[in-house]
Amino acid sequence: MLKVEDLEVKYGVISALRGINLNVKAGSIVTLIGANGAGKTSTLNAIVNSVKKSGKVIFNGNNISKLKTDKIVKSGLCLVPEGRKIFINLTVHENLKMGAFNNSENFDELSHKVYERFPRLKQKINQMGGTLSGGEQQMLAIGRALMGEPRMLMLDEPSLGLAPKIIGEVFEIITELKEDIPILLVEQNAFAALQIADYGYVLENGEISLEDEAKNLLGNDAVRAKYLGG
Amino acid sequence: MDFQTFLQQLVNGASLGSMYALIAIGYTMVYGVLRLINFAHGDLMMVGAFMTLIISELGLPFEASVLIAIIITALVGILTDKIAYKPLRDAPKISLLITAIGISFFLENLFTVVFGGIPRAFKAPEYLTKIFHLGEVYLPISVIIIPTVTLLVLAIVLWILYKTKYGMAIRALAFDINTVRLMGINADRIIMIVFIIGSSLAAIGGIFYAISYPSIDPLMGIIVGLKAFAAAVLGGIGSVGGAVIGGFILGFTEIFVVASFPELGGYKDAFAFFFLILVLLFKPTGIMGQDLERGRF
Ligand SMILES: Nc1ncnc2c1ncn2[C@@H]1O[C@H](COP(=O)(O)OP(=O)(O)O)[C@@H](O)[C@H]1O
Ligand SMILES: [Mg+2]
Repeated sequence: MLKVEDLEVKYGVISALRGINLNVKAGSIVTLIGANGAGKTSTLNAIVNSVKKSGKVIFNGNNISKLKTDKIVKSGLCLVPEGRKIFINLTVHENLKMGAFNNSENFDELSHKVYERFPRLKQKINQMGGTLSGGEQQMLAIGRALMGEPRMLMLDEPSLGLAPKIIGEVFEIITELKEDIPILLVEQNAFAALQIADYGYVLENGEISLEDEAKNLLGNDAVRAKYLGG
Repeated sequence: MDFQTFLQQLVNGASLGSMYALIAIGYTMVYGVLRLINFAHGDLMMVGAFMTLIISELGLPFEASVLIAIIITALVGILTDKIAYKPLRDAPKISLLITAIGISFFLENLFTVVFGGIPRAFKAPEYLTKIFHLGEVYLPISVIIIPTVTLLVLAIVLWILYKTKYGMAIRALAFDINTVRLMGINADRIIMIVFIIGSSLAAIGGIFYAISYPSIDPLMGIIVGLKAFAAAVLGGIGSVGGAVIGGFILGFTEIFVVASFPELGGYKDAFAFFFLILVLLFKPTGIMGQDLERGRF
């Protein structure tokens, strides 16, 4: 579904990503774990071309390396960014409208589904995005992404700053989605991510240091020591 | 001041305020999406007024000239964005600001070279300048038409901003351009829409100005543009409603101070900047502005 080859990102003289390869297959959740500053966000931003990069990105058999961000998203590869980036000055409903910008004809049906999936959003339909709690914002961010009927979803640290109970809810939803939409899940919360993922990559200082089936990574001593608290 | 004079000044103030408001909307909307004080914006009112005159001198009816002039001004607005501002989307804001000042000089000098710097008489059709009287008050029809059209235009702009997906995207851009792109939205196209709206409104403001003060020259946009900018800041830059309120406050103040204290007439252009200083000192976010970094329209 998504294939990334030799991805490199530089910020001035700082090399944030030094040539990484990733592969996400249909029907699966793949997770990219790593410490703060390892280059996870840079990876996702490079895939959607919102930072300068070199390397090759193949999505659905098409080379999208040179496409502009909005074209990549339009082709079905959607990113839920770090920090959710809800439009705080738009209502919940308007946020969903923005997600469905290129898909207005299906808005009613899709928004109905989103509100069914996230009943808490339905109660706050006319509230400004900025007034939502962190968990609600994350749900809105995922709901907003689903409004474009993406063929694949990339999530950047959806658990960031959320209470454990809410993390559970969000991860449950991610698991539900995977049947229809393959997912690339970026997380610092390695334990939670590996539990729901099929495959995992460990990113260290801009390089993939390890990759394996998620269940093997969960049992791997080096990974346990470094990311899973022993 | 007796009641008739008061009424007279009230409509005059509303009319002048309308022009400031129309131009201030463009300042505030461009600021909302680009965080740019588009100093070339004031000159677009000159372009609108000038093109109306030039085209009607070619023999076209006034109404057609107005329409074509608005379209040309919108095109000039789009072009300044495409040629000058778009390459600087990721550049520091100060580069953008300096470029805007450059565009302003360019437009002023281009029109001076092509059409000459001598002020020209602006001939509006009689039905716009005809005087009618309301009791003892004598008024040109334009002072009624101008505020009416302005409020209508304002209603349309607010409708676009709050009821259409393009307007929502304009408001979303005030929050963050990258996130707008992540929605699969071509942000540059949304910015283009902002320039179309802002420039058309500036053209309308300029044409109204030329109808009311029927002499135009290539530098006419400077002082009016600066006052409209002051109006936008007074109302709260980023807020369309604020721009209109700021425009009307400036218009009324200017007219009423001059009417009440004729000896201050020479200072009339200074009031706008007096307000600007007060706002910057006491409430930098203006009347309607909430947070400079998150213009909410
Ligand atoms: N816009 C930027 N400018 C300069 N350096 C950056 C920028 N964004 C990220 N970096 C640097 O690149 C490295 C990787 O950052 P990032 O991709 O955000 O990591 P992660 O998401 O894994 O925490 C870090 O050292 C960070 O400081
Ligand atoms: Mg990150």
